[in-house]
Amino acid sequence: MISIVMSVLVLLGLAVLFGLILGFSSIKFHVAGNPIVDQIDGILPQTQCGQCGHPGCRPYAESIANGEAINKCPPGGQATIEALADLLDVEVLELDGEHADIPIKTVAYIREDECIGCTKCIQACPVDAILGAAKQMHTVIIDECTGCDLCVAPCPVDCIDMLPIASNITNWKWQAPADPQQVFQQIIATDKRPEVELQS
Amino acid sequence: MGKVFSFHGGIHPPENKHQSTQLPIATAPLPKLLHIPLQQHIGAASKACVKIGDKVLKGQRIGDAQGDFSVPVHASSSGIVTAIGNHAVPHPSGMPATCISIETDGQEQWIAHSGLADFTALSSAELIDYIRDRGICGMGGAGFPTAVKLHLGDHHIINTLIINAAECEPYISADDLLMREHAEHIIAGIDVLQHLIKASHIIIGIEDNKPQAIRALETAIAGCRYNIDVVSVPTKYPSGGEKQLIQLLTNIEVPHGGIPADVGIVCQNVGTVYAIHRAIAYGESLISRVVTVTGDGVNKPQNFETLIGTPFSALLEAAGYLQNNTSRLIVGGPMMGYTIDDLEIPVSKTTNCIIAASPQEMPAPDPALACIRCGQCEQVCPVQLLPQQLHWYAKSQEYDKAQQHNLFDCIECGACSFVCPSNIPLVQYYRHAKTAIKEEAQDKRKSDIARQRFEAKQMREQRAIEEKATKRKARAEQAAKAQAEKQKVAQQPPLDSAEQQQLLKQQVSAEKLNVEQLQQQFAVLQTQSNTEASAIQLGDLQLKKAQLNLQRAEQALLSYQPADCAPDIDIKKLKVAAAMASTKLKKAQRALKNAQEKSQPGIELLTTTILALEKTASSANAAYSDASNHCLATCSTNPVSTEPATGDAKKLKIAVAIARTKLKRAQAQLSKATAEGADNLAELAQSVTDLSAKLSTAEAAFKVTSAPIQTQPTGDSHPSRDQPDLKTLKTMAAIARTKLKKAHSQLEKLSVEDQPDHQLLAEIARLEEKVLKTQASYLQAKDSISSQPDAEQNKAAKQASLEEHLQKTLSLFDRAQQALQKAEANKSPAVEKMRISIEKISTKLAAAEHALQQHNSSQDQE
Repeated sequence: MISIVMSVLVLLGLAVLFGLILGFSSIKFHVAGNPIVDQIDGILPQTQCGQCGHPGCRPYAESIANGEAINKCPPGGQATIEALADLLDVEVLELDGEHADIPIKTVAYIREDECIGCTKCIQACPVDAILGAAKQMHTVIIDECTGCDLCVAPCPVDCIDMLPIASNITNWKWQAPADPQQVFQQIIATDKRPEVELQS
Repeated sequence: MGKVFSFHGGIHPPENKHQSTQLPIATAPLPKLLHIPLQQHIGAASKACVKIGDKVLKGQRIGDAQGDFSVPVHASSSGIVTAIGNHAVPHPSGMPATCISIETDGQEQWIAHSGLADFTALSSAELIDYIRDRGICGMGGAGFPTAVKLHLGDHHIINTLIINAAECEPYISADDLLMREHAEHIIAGIDVLQHLIKASHIIIGIEDNKPQAIRALETAIAGCRYNIDVVSVPTKYPSGGEKQLIQLLTNIEVPHGGIPADVGIVCQNVGTVYAIHRAIAYGESLISRVVTVTGDGVNKPQNFETLIGTPFSALLEAAGYLQNNTSRLIVGGPMMGYTIDDLEIPVSKTTNCIIAASPQEMPAPDPALACIRCGQCEQVCPVQLLPQQLHWYAKSQEYDKAQQHNLFDCIECGACSFVCPSNIPLVQYYRHAKTAIKEEAQDKRKSDIARQRFEAKQMREQRAIEEKATKRKARAEQAAKAQAEKQKVAQQPPLDSAEQQQLLKQQVSAEKLNVEQLQQQFAVLQTQSNTEASAIQLGDLQLKKAQLNLQRAEQALLSYQPADCAPDIDIKKLKVAAAMASTKLKKAQRALKNAQEKSQPGIELLTTTILALEKTASSANAAYSDASNHCLATCSTNPVSTEPATGDAKKLKIAVAIARTKLKRAQAQLSKATAEGADNLAELAQSVTDLSAKLSTAEAAFKVTSAPIQTQPTGDSHPSRDQPDLKTLKTMAAIARTKLKKAHSQLEKLSVEDQPDHQLLAEIARLEEKVLKTQASYLQAKDSISSQPDAEQNKAAKQASLEEHLQKTLSLFDRAQQALQKAEANKSPAVEKMRISIEKISTKLAAAEHALQQHNSSQDQE
């Protein structure tokens, strides 16, 4: 009898001890904020365009951490969706809605002759990439522009164009070779190569 | 002979060097046009420092280096700059880049130049700068600025200098021929390098397939003061790679991510050494190089001493170009070179070979097959990577894994592609993966910056909102306080005017003190030479603020003073005084009467008091009546004089309108009466005539009053009003245009959906009309402005501005004088200063008057 009581007491004592240790460490090593939000925010393209319905990339990262769909970022495209799916271990989804095609990187240009200096685009720019003052011509700092489109709609004289980033010798990159397996994937040993391929 | 080690892998492709080594180095013909690229090296592109139309001499600098990691560019021949702009350049992308085009004059006139008599007299920093100014960069292929390579940090102790003469790539023989013909010059160049580097060991690494070059070098080093080893290494591709040659000659591996200097080695290409010798001995900039022109597509494959900027077409022509026998043109060797399409591409500092290949020589690559995991690529890789793994990762875009497999250590030599039985273009995969990774890193950097900027903006906006809120709160509190005080004041007897004035005066003096203190501080700040400009500015700003405060306080005092001697208070006082005096007089008179009745003593005294009292009473009465008269006068005149004529005009206008309606009503009545045949016709007719007469007089009066009002503002503001008018018109035009555009786009959308909307069409028509109208009016306004005689307008504007200036100065003067008076009354210490400032202001005033007079007189003369 006494041994049963002893063992129960010992176990109880151990439970209390470990409970105290756990409780103490949960306070001592408390992590402020949700680290997953930072990781998600790191993957998002930081255009701050608001096309996901959130005012910026970080709010969207927070709501993804709270379970929102990962396919609402048109500037990031499929690559971002895949990275997010990989990080969160969820299924890869197709890009949501109307922006389903692969995004071409663009930057805003102001047709400076037509600008009337209303400052509306300056207020709209999420990254302060537009320079100007009231009744003065405005211009875009191309290096800082994220191509988010947000300045186009507020312009009363429609003088902002979103132009694709011009390819030149400094930003040119090697193209990936054509995938050979796409041509031959159906061919087994007894198949013949297509005629065209033989000629070339 | 030093010992030769070995590196992993390597291949033995057909050498094909003999074709171009049969003939000595020829001088390439001078082309009509030279296109000199501004970027021929790794790093920042040079910046053109000549203009179109400039005459340049051979060797003249035409492009300045931008930053440390860059070299200048020089004119290769004398002539005239005909263009600075995009032109095809040797680059795998085939894209154009900025080139300076020079039309040669055929005279090959050199700019004045001379070599260094004794380069050992220069410090190594000066010597390195000299080499850099001569535009020298690595000529082996990458174009690394030589000066950067020679400018070593303190932590780099160099013990071995390696001269890379391996030239392992097939077909190329430029370095081979250079060594055969200029061995002693190369040794002289090594002399310069050794002076800079002071290595204990100098090795020339050369492949054993160049026996003539080896012989020439060995003869040349006989007379050299340094101990130079010429080490022949077995022919194997890619022994000419910098890191591979180092391993061959020293068995030291350059660490991952490091440079040869980290292991005590500097490696220079033999062509670069020759260029350094030319620069030191003759002062010649790098304006030419040896280029191999070879392949089955040319008659006489050989090497040419070629001016930088010579188009390939000229070189090929000189070598006997067989266009029909050429299937592709390759720049560089067959292993690492690239195909080009444009024959006008010029030779750059790094172009060592042009191959005009026949279809048999370099057939089109067979179609790539799937990887069979044979592992041959791994066996030939000189960097001991796993090309097959890298291929999988690059293909499936798993770039992080590719990086883990040291993708960036790949030297892109092409050995793996060469041996691949499936003909997979492996190097192309690696190049693509490398650029993709670099782009990703750049995007990451950019997005980080974007995030920072976004967060900064958000913080700023948040702060602005908070500031507004606190301000609003403070304002509300202040308003509540003021309200409470008002109530308190209303309950308490009002402050004595004298007290209030005192208070205001105190305030003014306090502000004055503040201004003075700030002025002193500011003066001290200015005298101290080491204070920053921003601090001075801040001080200035504070001072100005304080002065503004002072002005405000003074104005408050000034505006208070007239209220203080406001007529009603004064009059009340005077009235009371008069009444008191008269009661006193009455009392005294009564006392006198009593005294006289009772014949008391002191009658005389009383009579004298009464006399005095009479005097005071009369004077008080007089003062009172005076004051009240004055008050009445001001009260009655003030409103009349201050009320603007517009008020009169308005009243008159209303009167006119009333008269008109009355007249109308009367007329209606009259017509009604006549229709009904009423008996009071005559009466009505009389009233109508009366009313019409009244109306006409009212109208006349209105016209008279309103005429000056109407003419005055229009006459005055006309010149100044044009400008904003024009702007608003322009804006209106732009907005109308945009609306039209939007409507059009909407229409387009609708028409795509087959829903023609008539309303929209009508709207568009209306908008079009509006756009036309607004634009027409805008143009008209612009024309009218431009057609006005400018001079007249200018003069009027000038006169107006002068008058305004004069007015301003006058008011300033007045204010200053008032302030001075007050200061004198208060015996303020600032009186002296104020006097000085008033003097200054008066001189300004005089100047302004003078200017106005002069302007007027000049106008009169005209």
